[in-house]
Amino acid sequence: MISIENLYKRFGKNQVLKGIDLEIEEGGIFAVLGPNGSGKTTLIKSILGMVVPNSGSIKLNGKAVKNDWKYRNNIDYLPQIANFPGNLSVKELIRMIKDLRAHKTTGDKELIELFRLEPFLDKKLSNLSGGTKQKVNLVLTFMFDSPLIILDEPTTGLDPISHIRLKQLIQREKDKGKTILITSHIMSFVEEIADEIVFLLEGKIYFKGDIPALKTKTGQPDFEHAIASILTSSYDKDIKV
Amino acid sequence: MRSPVFILILFLLCFHFGWGRTIEVCSSCEHQTVNAAIEKASAFDTIVVKKGIYKEFNLHITKPLSIIGEDYPVIDGENKGEIITIEADSVSVEGLKIVNVGTSYTTDYAAVRVVKSENFLIKNVQLERLFFGIYLEKSRNGKVLNNTILGDAVEEFSSGNGIQLWYCNNVEVIGNSIKKVRDGIYLEFSDDILIKDNTSQDNLRYGLHFMFSNNDIYENNTFENNGAGVAVMFSKFITMEGNTFRKNWGTASFGLLLKEINDSEIKNNKFEENTVGINIEGSNRINYTDNDFRNNGWAIKVRGACYTNIFTKNNFFNNSFDISYNSKLNDNRFDRNYWSSYTGYDLNKDGIGDVPYRPVKLFSYIVNRTPETIILLRSLFIDIIDFSEKVSPVFTPDNLMDENPLLKPISHDFN
Amino acid sequence: MIKILKYSFYDLMRSRWSYVYFLFYLLLGLVLLFLNNDLSKAVITLMNVIIILVPLIGTIFGVMYYYNSKEFTELLLAQPVKRSSIFLGQYLGVSLSLAMSLVIGLGLPFIFYGIFNSDAIGNFSLLLITGALLTLIFTALAFVIALTNDNKIKGFGYAILLWLFLAVIYDGIFLMSLVFFEDYPLDKFSLITTMLNPIDLSRVLILLKMDISALLGYTGAVFQKFFGTNLGIILSSLMLILWVSIPLFLIKRISGRKDF
Repeated sequence: MISIENLYKRFGKNQVLKGIDLEIEEGGIFAVLGPNGSGKTTLIKSILGMVVPNSGSIKLNGKAVKNDWKYRNNIDYLPQIANFPGNLSVKELIRMIKDLRAHKTTGDKELIELFRLEPFLDKKLSNLSGGTKQKVNLVLTFMFDSPLIILDEPTTGLDPISHIRLKQLIQREKDKGKTILITSHIMSFVEEIADEIVFLLEGKIYFKGDIPALKTKTGQPDFEHAIASILTSSYDKDIKV
Repeated sequence: MRSPVFILILFLLCFHFGWGRTIEVCSSCEHQTVNAAIEKASAFDTIVVKKGIYKEFNLHITKPLSIIGEDYPVIDGENKGEIITIEADSVSVEGLKIVNVGTSYTTDYAAVRVVKSENFLIKNVQLERLFFGIYLEKSRNGKVLNNTILGDAVEEFSSGNGIQLWYCNNVEVIGNSIKKVRDGIYLEFSDDILIKDNTSQDNLRYGLHFMFSNNDIYENNTFENNGAGVAVMFSKFITMEGNTFRKNWGTASFGLLLKEINDSEIKNNKFEENTVGINIEGSNRINYTDNDFRNNGWAIKVRGACYTNIFTKNNFFNNSFDISYNSKLNDNRFDRNYWSSYTGYDLNKDGIGDVPYRPVKLFSYIVNRTPETIILLRSLFIDIIDFSEKVSPVFTPDNLMDENPLLKPISHDFN
Repeated sequence: MIKILKYSFYDLMRSRWSYVYFLFYLLLGLVLLFLNNDLSKAVITLMNVIIILVPLIGTIFGVMYYYNSKEFTELLLAQPVKRSSIFLGQYLGVSLSLAMSLVIGLGLPFIFYGIFNSDAIGNFSLLLITGALLTLIFTALAFVIALTNDNKIKGFGYAILLWLFLAVIYDGIFLMSLVFFEDYPLDKFSLITTMLNPIDLSRVLILLKMDISALLGYTGAVFQKFFGTNLGIILSSLMLILWVSIPLFLIKRISGRKDF
C-alpha cells in the first residue's frame, strides 16, 4: 500500500528523518511510535504531502506522491490539533469538507449520532470545547470511505465513552479491509488495537513488527515495559555521547 | 470718458447716412470688386458688399467710408499680403469674412490694419487663415466689437497675433472671440484701453499679452488653454476684474503672469486648473481681492521682490500649493482669505480660525530647489516635514501667514 | 480554488473585523462629506487615507488571517486540494472581502451624497480602484511575509516594518537622494523609483488625475511625456498589476515548497 524508500528530511540544521525505508501492506492497523522528536509526525506529514522530503520517495499503490494532490482522495487524515475557522458552524464545516471531496459517499449522519453532536450542529466552531472539536474532527475524518486512514493522536481530549466508540470505529474500518496508521502516546490504546508497531528512533526505523516480536526483542514481558526499555537505552546512549 | 466717443460716433453715423451714397458690390453689379468700389467712392459713402467670393488684397482706404458685408461675403487674399489697410478717420468695416492673409517674415500682414486713424469701427468681422488679425497702429477712439478670429497657428515664428494694439489710445475691444493665433490680444504702449467680454483660447503663446500699457481695464474676459496663459508686464494702474483664467498647463505656463506691474487691482477673477494661477515678479502695491483659486498647481507663485501687495477675501480651493515664495522675506499681507487646506478651529464661532494659517509649505520650497521632487507631492513623508516646518519655520518666511483665515469660502458676486 | 475562496470569504464576511473595517470606512465617508460639505476636498482627504491606511490594514489583516487560520490550513492541506489553490483561495478571500469593505463602505456615503451627479466621480472611482489594488498588493505581501515566517511575532514585525518602509521611509530616502543629486538629470531615476513602490505608484496615479496642473509645471522631457500623455496612466496601471502578480507568484512558489 505505502512504500517509502530512503526518506530524508531536514528542518534547518535539524535532520529529522535519516533514511527511512518502510513498507506498509494493505489492511491492518499500524501504530507509529517513538519518543518526542523522533519524526513520527514528519513521517505522516510526508505521506500526506504536507512536508516536502529532501530526498527519497514515497509511493502510494505504486504511484509517487510528489507533486500530486489527487491521491489524497484516498486518504482520511485526522490532524493532531484541530482548529477550525471560528465563524463557521459545525454543519457548514462538514458541508464544506464534503464539498472539497465532492465525489465520495459519506457517513456523516451516522457519525454525528455516534458522537452525539446533534446539539452542536448550528453552533459556531469557536464556541466549542476542545473535546467537542476533537469529535467534529473525528467526524470529518471518518465520514469518507477511503482505503487509507491516518490518525495523529486521535484520543486527545475524548471522554471515556467517546474513547470506546472511537476504538469500535477503528475496528470496524479495519474489518472493511482498510489500512490505518495511528500515532499515540497512550500505550494501552496502542496495545489494544495495533496489529503492527513501527518504532522510530532518531529519524530511523528502530523496529517494525507485531507486539510479541517487540516483546521478544526487548526481552520485556509486557508492551509498556518493552517500549520503556527502548527509550531508556536510547537515553543512556544519549548520555554516553 | 467713453460716452463722448460714443456720441461722436453716433454723430458721424448720422452724418454719413445723411450725406453719403450707397455703393453696391456684387458679381452682377456696376462694381464687381471691393477695390473698384473704394476707388469710386467719395468720403462718407457706404459700400455694401453682397454675398460672394472676392479675391482681393491690398485694399487701401484713405477716406471716411463704411464697408458693410451682407451675409458675410468672403474676401480671399490668396495669401498674397495684407487685405484691408485703413488710413483715414471714421472708417467702419462690418460683416465681412476675410480669409488667407499672406504670411511674411519681414512684414506683419494683417487682415485689417488701422494706421494713425480715429473713430474707426471694426465689427462682426470673421477672420480665418490669417497672419495678423486686426492690427491697430497709433490710432485712437475706436472700437473693435464682436469679431471672430480663428487662426491655424502652429509655430510661433510663422504666426501673428489676433488683435494687436500698438501706440493706441482709448480703444474698446469688446465681445471678440480669438482662437489659435500666436497671442490672442496684444497691447504695447497703449493706454486707456477697455478689453471686455472677449474669449481668447487655444492660442500658441499668450491669451492676452501687454507691455508698457497703463490705465487699462480688463473685464469679464475668458482666457483658456493658451500656451503660456496671460502675460502682463511693465505697466501701471491696471484693473483686472471678473476674468476667468483656465487650464493653462505647461512648464512655463501661467493663468496670469505679472511682471513689473504696479498699483493695480485684481478682483473677482477665477483661476482654475492652471499650472500656476498667478506668477508675480517684481510687482508692487497690488490689491488681490475676491478672487477664486481652484485646483491650480500653484495658486500664487511669488518670485523676486514684491512689496506691499494685499491679498484679502480670496478663496483658495484644493490647489496643490497655495503660495510659493523663493525668498525668506515677505512684505505682503494675507488677510481673511479662505484656504481649503486650513485645519484650525474656531472656538468663538466668529467664522475666523483661531490659529493663523501658513500658506507656504516647506515642500514648495523644496520643489523650487529640486523640481523633480514634485513626484513626492502628497506623500506622507512630505506631510510630516511640512508639519514640522509649520511648527517651527526654518526655510519659509515666518511672518507669512493669514492671521484671520476664514472657515467658510466667500461667495463672490460674479456677473 | 474557488471553493476555498468561497469559504474564506464566507468566514470573513461573518468576522467582526470585516465589519469594523466596513464601519470605519462608512463613518469616514460620512464624516468627510457631511462635516465639510465639499466633495473635492473630501476626495483629497480620502486620498491620504487610502494611500496610508489601506496598505496598513491590508498587511496587518493579511498576516493576522494567515496565522489565525494556520490549523485550518493544515486541515485543508490533508484534503485533496492543490496547495496553491488553498493559499490563493485564502488570499483572494481576505483581499476581496477587504476591498469590498472599502468600496462599499466609502461608496455608500458618496452615492448617498450624490457623487454620480458630480464631476468628482472620475477622481472618486480612481481612488476606489487604487484602494482596491493596494489592498490586493499588501494582502499578498502580507501572505508572503507570513508564509516565510512561522514565528507570529516576527511576521507581524516584518509586516509593520514593510508598511512603514514603503509608506514613509522610502519617500524620505527618495527625497534626500533627489535633493542630494539635484545637479544630475533625475527624471528617469525618480520615475523608476516611484514605480518600485506601490504606495508611491498609486499616489502618482491619483496625482495624475487630481494635481495634473502642478505636475505639468516641471520641465523634464521624460516627466512631460509621462504626465502629459496617457503613457503615465497606462504605465502606472500596468505596474500596479505587476505589483499584484509578483507577490502572487511568490505565494504560489513559497507555498509549493513549504513544510507544514
